[in-house]
Amino acid sequence: MTTEHGNGKLIGAPVRRVEDAALITGAGCFVEDIRRAGMLHMALLRSPHAHARIVSIDARAAGAMPGVVAVVTGEDVAELRIPVAAVVQGQKIPPHPVLARGAVHAAGVPVAAVVAETRAQAEDAAAAIEVEYDEMPAVVDAEKALEPGAPLAREELSDNVCYVATKKGGDVDKAFAEADHVVRMRIASPRQVALAIEPRGIVADPEPAGRGLTVWASTQAPHRLRADLATALGFPEHKIHLIAPDVGGGFGSKGPLYREYVLACHMALKLGRPVKWIATRSEDFVTMIQGRDQIMRSELALKRDGTMLGLKVRVVANVGAYLYSNTAGPPQRMMAMAPGCYRIQNCHVEVVAVFTNTVPTGPYRGAGRPESVLNIERLVDKAARDLGIDRLELRRKNFIRPEQFPYRTGVGVEYDSGDYDKALAEALRLSRYDDLVRRRDEARRRGELVGVGVSTFVEPSGGAGFESGTVRVERTGEITVLTGSSSHGQGHETSFAQVIADLLRVSMDHVAIRHGDTVAVQQGVGTFGSRSMVMGGGSMAIAAQRVIEKGRRIAAHLAEASPDDIVQADGGFAVAGVPDRRITWRQIAAAAYGGKLPPGMEPGLQETAFFNPRREAWGFGTHVAMVRIDRETGTPSIEKLVLVDDCGVVVNPMIVEGQIHGGVAQGLGEAFREQMLYGENGEILTGTLMHYAVMRAPDMPVLVLGETVTPNPFNPLGVKGVGEAGTNGAPPAVANAVMDALAPLGIDHIDMPYTPPKLWAAIRDAERRAH
Amino acid sequence: MYPASFRYLRPRSLAEALEFLTRHGEEAKLLAGGHSLLPAMKLRLASPRYLIDIGGLRELRGIDTSPGEMVIGALTLHAEIAASDSVRRLLPGLAEAASVIGDLQVRNRGTIGGSVAHADPGADFPVILTALSAAFVLQSSSGKRRVAADGFFRDFFTTALAPDEILTEIRIPLPPRGAGTAYAKLGHPASGYAVVSAGAWLIVDSAGNCESARVAVGGLDGIPRRAAATEAALQGRPLTAENIAAAAARAADGAKAEGDTYASAEYKLHVATVFARRAIEAAAGRAGRQDRA
Repeated sequence: MTTEHGNGKLIGAPVRRVEDAALITGAGCFVEDIRRAGMLHMALLRSPHAHARIVSIDARAAGAMPGVVAVVTGEDVAELRIPVAAVVQGQKIPPHPVLARGAVHAAGVPVAAVVAETRAQAEDAAAAIEVEYDEMPAVVDAEKALEPGAPLAREELSDNVCYVATKKGGDVDKAFAEADHVVRMRIASPRQVALAIEPRGIVADPEPAGRGLTVWASTQAPHRLRADLATALGFPEHKIHLIAPDVGGGFGSKGPLYREYVLACHMALKLGRPVKWIATRSEDFVTMIQGRDQIMRSELALKRDGTMLGLKVRVVANVGAYLYSNTAGPPQRMMAMAPGCYRIQNCHVEVVAVFTNTVPTGPYRGAGRPESVLNIERLVDKAARDLGIDRLELRRKNFIRPEQFPYRTGVGVEYDSGDYDKALAEALRLSRYDDLVRRRDEARRRGELVGVGVSTFVEPSGGAGFESGTVRVERTGEITVLTGSSSHGQGHETSFAQVIADLLRVSMDHVAIRHGDTVAVQQGVGTFGSRSMVMGGGSMAIAAQRVIEKGRRIAAHLAEASPDDIVQADGGFAVAGVPDRRITWRQIAAAAYGGKLPPGMEPGLQETAFFNPRREAWGFGTHVAMVRIDRETGTPSIEKLVLVDDCGVVVNPMIVEGQIHGGVAQGLGEAFREQMLYGENGEILTGTLMHYAVMRAPDMPVLVLGETVTPNPFNPLGVKGVGEAGTNGAPPAVANAVMDALAPLGIDHIDMPYTPPKLWAAIRDAERRAH
Repeated sequence: MYPASFRYLRPRSLAEALEFLTRHGEEAKLLAGGHSLLPAMKLRLASPRYLIDIGGLRELRGIDTSPGEMVIGALTLHAEIAASDSVRRLLPGLAEAASVIGDLQVRNRGTIGGSVAHADPGADFPVILTALSAAFVLQSSSGKRRVAADGFFRDFFTTALAPDEILTEIRIPLPPRGAGTAYAKLGHPASGYAVVSAGAWLIVDSAGNCESARVAVGGLDGIPRRAAATEAALQGRPLTAENIAAAAARAADGAKAEGDTYASAEYKLHVATVFARRAIEAAAGRAGRQDRA
């Protein structure tokens, strides 16, 4: 497949990932694999308390231990802090020092750093530092943090509110006044941990005399990280060479600049030697941004016939103890898609972001999308039940109709395109929905707890400003692509190469995708929010078109023909009507780099495009789940899971399926087992993989995938994102199925995760009520 | 995830291992499969000065069936027990327990002796071995002794093992004709340890009545507990679904359980009866069909 010319056939082909041979044979190069001469290692002493004053720190013994080069505490690095910009007017941004100064506000916060010749020496010395704490009252629950008299998570502030933000449209009061029925629910999304297979890590290598700093970091956004690092360090951005080598996943958590990254760079510059820090899994559990933890109180107003009139949502979002650059993101995202795929023009959505003594939150696969979909899809199911209307009919009745796109929603966001009923119909067909319902009814008659659930949802993608792409034809005619979309497992080197090989009519072998290097790549944003193919692919497609146009003019010049008579052909161009008269990219490159060019034409064959469509790409889909619950033990199991997703034009169906599989695995984790728990004083209760349960390969049910294709009219490739579809659509489908299974017991709503003990308790309580 | 410094000792024989143990006593820890000890050391919950790696002692590994008794070397791997033909044929409940421990990696490295000696309250082997009337051979420089499973487990992570002793063998009486054994567990989704579990050993007479029953329940209060009321209720009765259910309903009688972040005490006490019933049902199904020892 990869050696054939991409003559329009590579986009859409299930090409095997070119990255995998190296990765699965252990030949990848991750930050941990970076070794530099004279490299030192950093370890951190972390607070066991969630909220405490630091009375004293005694690091004398640690400083004298073997191999120790430096020990620093908060006062030694008082000038270093995490840069955070306000995303909402009036947002409070309390200090975020890289080492605690005076007080700690969450368990796991670093209090001291040790740099030593080996990691073991650094760890031993860190363990020898003595810290005296004076514990303060802690608050972990965001709703409780808003109660009068609640402990202050940040004692510098007068209350625990970080910000309040509102989005509204239409006339909500009128809509609710005219409603025949109002559905009210309180829905909480469990806090989740992003468990990338590779923990965070950094190596910082300074050049002498402040000439520069080379940094290898496990990150999703190299250029952003470099800018934040420069700001935090007070070191010139253009003298930092930041490299993201192979990165083993991120799911949002490797977006921000972390304290340890700043510290490692600072210590390297201060000591004049390379410094490495690799997070342990335990450290990732307590210091990497966590996801979800939004509590939604919602009201949906409807007419008796099921017409949706208005929506009110009040979200209490737990932001944790400190802000990172992207902490405020998920609640904003939640608001922007609150009406889902429904025509609800009267909306009032409010977010109250709240500080607590917990690990900071931030984007985690979905980043506000799963919360929002869960909210609206639970509301719709409950409305159907209350009104006695079929839940599919209720959805169809209120879907934004295909002819209404581009559609401006009640919260002022424009969706590009969609055909929601088509995806729903396909999911019903694939799942044999009527058959599932019949089987459920039969099981119910036998007293078994079986339910069928559906979620219809949107998956916004792209966004976050621009992305850039450079396409360069080298002297040999081979193609180098430089993209700001740096991959951390998404298969960019494959799918981007398919795009460029198709557009330039060359084989994939002739295309190299380069990313994750701030010196090699012009500028860029990074990979998150399902944006890579939309933004990275979009920008390089525009650059490729410019290269083609220049190539066409050079080809015309070489062939002594008019550019209008030059057409693309395998390996380059041909003269129209004379297919044998070929002009290859190699010939064109030879001309571009020193040969015969049209008069006035600049040499070179390289184009860069910065792409910002100023609108997001709204993918969508329908997921259907059938769940059985063992009445005796409360153990749930998936009987059927069908996932129909529409992400516009599909470049590589195998990679898209992989994205859906992975997203669903994390979505099922959210639905059934994952939840980060804190004790009353903010102590970490689920800080290891022995306590925090994720889905593993043998736990996964069979997934039935399907698709519809609704091209994105505002994208050069017609693509939409898909990376978060699995976490957006699957958990609400499962939630609706679980609640459908429990409906005969009169159970209205239970929050995820649906663990056996939780379901059993709900079943037992319901049975007791019935007796 | 970086352990504190320690001295690593690798004895070439059991005798040398016992010598090391006598010399370093409480400052030493035995390393077998390492699946409990090494994580504890990495989290610095355990910081032994000496690590005595007995993993290479071939003499402690293997499954033997002698007349009337199965003898399993302490270093036999979970996976080996799960796959052993003689265990599957003679003590299917033990093979079942071995096959649901942790995950594939754990089963390929973990040892039965390590599991028994570590005595994690969620471990699988202690429960089934209690139901099977196993005995443990404990050896020190000064000699050997044999301790029954019923008295071996004292408390959370606490056993009858003295600091200078090594658990060398697990000896299990082979059940007579008409016996059935089984193990059933509700695993924790993260750790794989049992939230609760139950092991059953039944002998059925020619009339189909339960001649003798031993049922052990784990996960409730730190050590495996014999379900005396259940055993008594089964004794002499036909193994009908009703009788089994009624007997199993008493599996947690008199037991105390501790709730945790995953499951409440009430839940554990309840599911203990469910898994006791499932284990008894499976054992009853096997009783009578089993080959002679």
